[in-house]
Amino acid sequence: MLLAFDWTQLAQQIVIGLASGGVWATLAVALVLIYRSTGVVNFAQGEMAMFSTFIAWSLVDHGLSYWAAFLLTVAISFVGGVAIERAVIRPVERAPVLTVVIVTLGLFFLVNGAARWLWSPETRSLPNAFSTRPIEVAGVAFSIQDLGTIGVSLGAVALLWAFFRFTKLGLASRAAAVNPDASRLLGVRVSWMLALGWGLAAALGAVSGMLTAPALASFDQNLMQPVLLYAFAGAVLGGLDSPFGAVVGTLLLGVLINLVGTYVDWVGTSLRLPFALAVILGVLLVRPEGLFGHASARRV
Amino acid sequence: MSSALLELEGVTARYGPVAALHGVSLRVGEGEAVAVLGANGAGKTTTLRAVSGTVRRGGSIVFDGKSIARRSPESIARGGIAHVPEGRGTLTELTVHENLRLGAYVRRDRKAIAEDEERVLGYFPRLGERGSQRAGTLSGGEQQMLALARALMLRPRLLLLDEPSLGLAPLVVAEIFRIVGELNEREGLAVLVVEQNAALALEASSRAYVLEVGKVALEGESAALRRDEAVRKSYLGY
Repeated sequence: MLLAFDWTQLAQQIVIGLASGGVWATLAVALVLIYRSTGVVNFAQGEMAMFSTFIAWSLVDHGLSYWAAFLLTVAISFVGGVAIERAVIRPVERAPVLTVVIVTLGLFFLVNGAARWLWSPETRSLPNAFSTRPIEVAGVAFSIQDLGTIGVSLGAVALLWAFFRFTKLGLASRAAAVNPDASRLLGVRVSWMLALGWGLAAALGAVSGMLTAPALASFDQNLMQPVLLYAFAGAVLGGLDSPFGAVVGTLLLGVLINLVGTYVDWVGTSLRLPFALAVILGVLLVRPEGLFGHASARRV
Repeated sequence: MSSALLELEGVTARYGPVAALHGVSLRVGEGEAVAVLGANGAGKTTTLRAVSGTVRRGGSIVFDGKSIARRSPESIARGGIAHVPEGRGTLTELTVHENLRLGAYVRRDRKAIAEDEERVLGYFPRLGERGSQRAGTLSGGEQQMLALARALMLRPRLLLLDEPSLGLAPLVVAEIFRIVGELNEREGLAVLVVEQNAALALEASSRAYVLEVGKVALEGESAALRRDEAVRKSYLGY
């Protein structure tokens, strides 16, 4: 078996894994963004991304090109995310964490229901975002679709990182997330920073959804549910409070799952989700703060 | 007497069902340094929090001729009141430089901000050396200096200082009070300082109030209070 090992196949499978990991990474960073500012995992993040994807589908259906629809959907999703925070999360801003978690669960069903009501439950598809031709790099054929997906998802995350790192508004929202009380005293409108975070998370989720859909032959309103699980598993692996960790965690998970699925017969494609759940469980048992997260000790 | 920059009248405050202030009245003149003394739980910190809007409060609070009793902490900061809170409010995960930049968050005048940063670092040269370090890695004294420097970046008209000496070595405390005194005298910055260390506070201020269970028990010139027998016995310890 060792003799027959195919390095080309390994390289291809790694890139395929990175492509799925990249898509999960965008959603994972969205989860981390909300988690850092509110201390809860937004269970509705995937459904919001799914809703965005349906918006993109409608735009394409009305004649827009994929990329025009993509940009427009990102903008619409940002506004939608801000609106959701103002309408649904703001009233429970000071409530216990559990209350907020329940609210995001409610949001999950609300958004899912709204998507089923607005768009009939038949399956549909998005056009390919990239050429389906393969491209040869160092003698190995890769799909442009996979490489493009990796590029766009990591690009979106990098843009967001630059926003937080280099702009005054980004700085203020980081401050609001780590120490809301002290930030208020500096004149930072903390509550609006939360809304901004929800907007950015929704926009990032939209990217994730719009990259997920074209890779599938067809999709319906359950599009993002597995993606949310993988994103969550990857974020837990990297550390739920670390955006960098979330990216590394999801990429790692993407590659790992793909390689295990390829080389371990009995896992195949059917055991991919349980494998992700096993990762969550394993990380929580062995190193609850993840690879790059901070242990949740609090200074008093 | 200088005109009042800040005037509190009959201010009450509560944490949930527990009342912390039962009608506090005090004033800070333009460019004046005023101290608030009192035992633990007397309502010193709460008085500052009432001014900056970080506690539920009632009564009248007038800053610069305008009522701020119903305004949010964000808008009060924008109005020119910088509050260095208990525990210093260090944004531990951000760098020293980022902390300073956030001090000027509400300002738009980029050039003046850069000048101010240089001027403020002139007071605290050690912060300049630590610019790219995470604020959480600073010592307690350095964090207190950062909190003060950050507050100055707002170009405040009134500085609220909560227990600047807490947990710090005497030398560091002396340094901090020296700088506050200099800011007050040289730049005409009005200061309202809350302090456990009464001797220190009376030295650094021109007038002072003594709080007892949420009420002003005594007020007067700091120099006179220092000679007052009751103050000496209860707060100065000699």
